Amino acid sequence: MATVSTLPERTAQGLRAQPASILVVDDIFVQFETPEGPLVALDHVSLSVRPGEFLAVIGPSGCGKSTLFNVVGGLLDGYLGGVTVAGETVRGPHPAIGMVFQEESTFPWRTVIENVAFPLEIAGIGKAARLETARRFISLVGLIGFENRYPNELSGGMRQRVAIARTLASEPKILLMDEPFASLDEQTRLLLGDKVLQIQQDLMQTTLLITHNITEAVQLADRILVMSYRPGKVKRIVDIDLPRPRSSEIVSSEAFGRYVAQIWSDLREEASRGMRDDEDRARHGGEHGS
Amino acid sequence: MTAAAIARSRGVPLALGFGTLVIAILAVEVLIRIGAINRFIVPLPSQVALAFERVITEEDIGERFRLTFLEALTAGVMITVVGVSLGILLYRVNLLRQATETWVAAMASAPTVLMYPLFLVIFGRSAWTIIMMGFVAGLPPVILKTVEGLSGTRRVFINVGRSLKLTGPQLFVKILFPAALPTIFVGVRLGLIFTLINVVGVEFLINFGGLGQLINDLAERYDLPGTYAAICFVILVSVCFFVLTEWVERWLRPVD
Repeated sequence: MATVSTLPERTAQGLRAQPASILVVDDIFVQFETPEGPLVALDHVSLSVRPGEFLAVIGPSGCGKSTLFNVVGGLLDGYLGGVTVAGETVRGPHPAIGMVFQEESTFPWRTVIENVAFPLEIAGIGKAARLETARRFISLVGLIGFENRYPNELSGGMRQRVAIARTLASEPKILLMDEPFASLDEQTRLLLGDKVLQIQQDLMQTTLLITHNITEAVQLADRILVMSYRPGKVKRIVDIDLPRPRSSEIVSSEAFGRYVAQIWSDLREEASRGMRDDEDRARHGGEHGS
Repeated sequence: MTAAAIARSRGVPLALGFGTLVIAILAVEVLIRIGAINRFIVPLPSQVALAFERVITEEDIGERFRLTFLEALTAGVMITVVGVSLGILLYRVNLLRQATETWVAAMASAPTVLMYPLFLVIFGRSAWTIIMMGFVAGLPPVILKTVEGLSGTRRVFINVGRSLKLTGPQLFVKILFPAALPTIFVGVRLGLIFTLINVVGVEFLINFGGLGQLINDLAERYDLPGTYAAICFVILVSVCFFVLTEWVERWLRPVD
C-alpha cells in the first residue's frame, strides 16, 4: 500500500496541465513502505493528455510505470497530488477511464462476446443491445467469427484484442493501457500495434500507454514521456513528428530510427542504473543469505 | 489412424480403459486359479459376475441402492451448501479464517467415523445418523477448497472488476465465484468421496439398511462373491455422483 511521507517542496516536473487537456496528472508523489525502508515510486510526476492524443510513458523496470497506471486508473490510494479527467477530480476508478492490463485478463469462463459485453452487462444494458454493441467492438478489433469461442481457444494476441474490445465497449474517454503486448512476440506486437493505431484513428480515442518497449512507443505515440529510474520522475518528453495514419511499416524509416536512438540514449543510463541496483541488491541478499 | 487422431478420439481412451479393466480382472482370475492368490480371501471374478443375479433378485438391491444413494445425495447437497457458505465466510472474515483454518484442515484428516456412537445417541438409529456422519466427514474439504479457490482468484480479474466499479456482491457473483468454481468443485468431489465412504461405513457399522448393511450381511454369511458384487454397486453410486457433479460443473461453467 502506498503511504504518504513528509512531502518535499512541491516542484512539479514533466508536462504541466494544458488548457485543452482531457487528462491531467498533477504532481503525483507515491511512497511505499518496504522492509528496507521507504521507497519513493513516483516523485512529483505531472503529465497531461489532449483529447484524441496518444501519449506513451516509457521507462526502465522499477521506474514506477505500473504505479502511475494504478494511480491514473484509480486502483491505488494514499498518494499526494491529483488526477483530473475533463476537469473532474478523480479518486478511485472512473467510468471515463478504461483500463487494459498487462496480464491476461479475459475471463476464461465467458465467450469472446460475453467478455466484450461484460461492462455493458454491469451497466444494466439489455441483452440484445449489449450483444449488438459487443459485436461492433469485436469487429473493430478484427475478431468477427470468434464471438462464441472461449479465451483458451484463442492465441495470446487474440485474447489481448478481446481485452481491448472489452475496455472499449464501455466507451471510455481515455484508454489506459499497461504494457498490453508485453507477453507477445515481436511480430504479433507490431501487428497489434497497427490494430491499435487503426482503432485510435477510427474512434479518435485518447490513449495513455505504459510501456518499456521503445519501438512500440515510437510506432504508436504522438508524444513519449521518458521516466527516470527510481525514484520515478519525468526525465524528458519527446514529440513524435511522424506522419499519420501510421502502420508498422514506419519502423523501417530513417526518422523512426532517429527517434528510437534518441529515446534509447535517454533510457540507457536509467536502465543501467536499474541493472546496477538489481545486482547490488542480489549481492547484498547473497551476503545476508550466506 | 495417426497418434494425434487417436488422442482426439473419444472412443479410443474409453476402449483402452475398459480393455485394461478386463485384462486386470482376467489376470486376477488366472492368479486365483493357479493358486497365487488365496481363493478364500479373494473370490474368482467369474463367481462375482455370477453373484450379481443373486444379489439383485434376492437381496432387494434396488431399494438398498436407492437408500444409500439418497443418503449420500442428501449429505452431498448439505456439504455443498454449508461448505461453500462457510468457505465464503472464512474468505471474507480473515480473522475467522486464521483462527479456524488449521482446525478445519485437521478435521479433514480425522477419522470422524469413530464418532458414530455419539451420533447414534443424538439422531437415533435412523438414516439421519448416517447422513450426518457423511456430512461431518465431507464438509472440511469443501470449506478448504472454497477458501483456496476464492483466495486464488487472479488479481487482474479483481482489478478488471474494480476498474468497472463493480459493487461487492457484483464482484463476487460475476468474478470471484466463477473464477473459483473449478477449485470449489475439486473440494465438492473430495467431500463426496469422504461422504460416500462414511455413509456406507456407518450403514455397515450400525447395520441400518442400504448397501453397507448388505455388505455386512453377506460378509457375515461368508458369501464372498456376493460381498464383492455388492461392493460393485457402491462403486456404481460413486460413478453416479461423479457424473452428476461433472454435469453441474459444466452447467455452471461451460469451459475451463
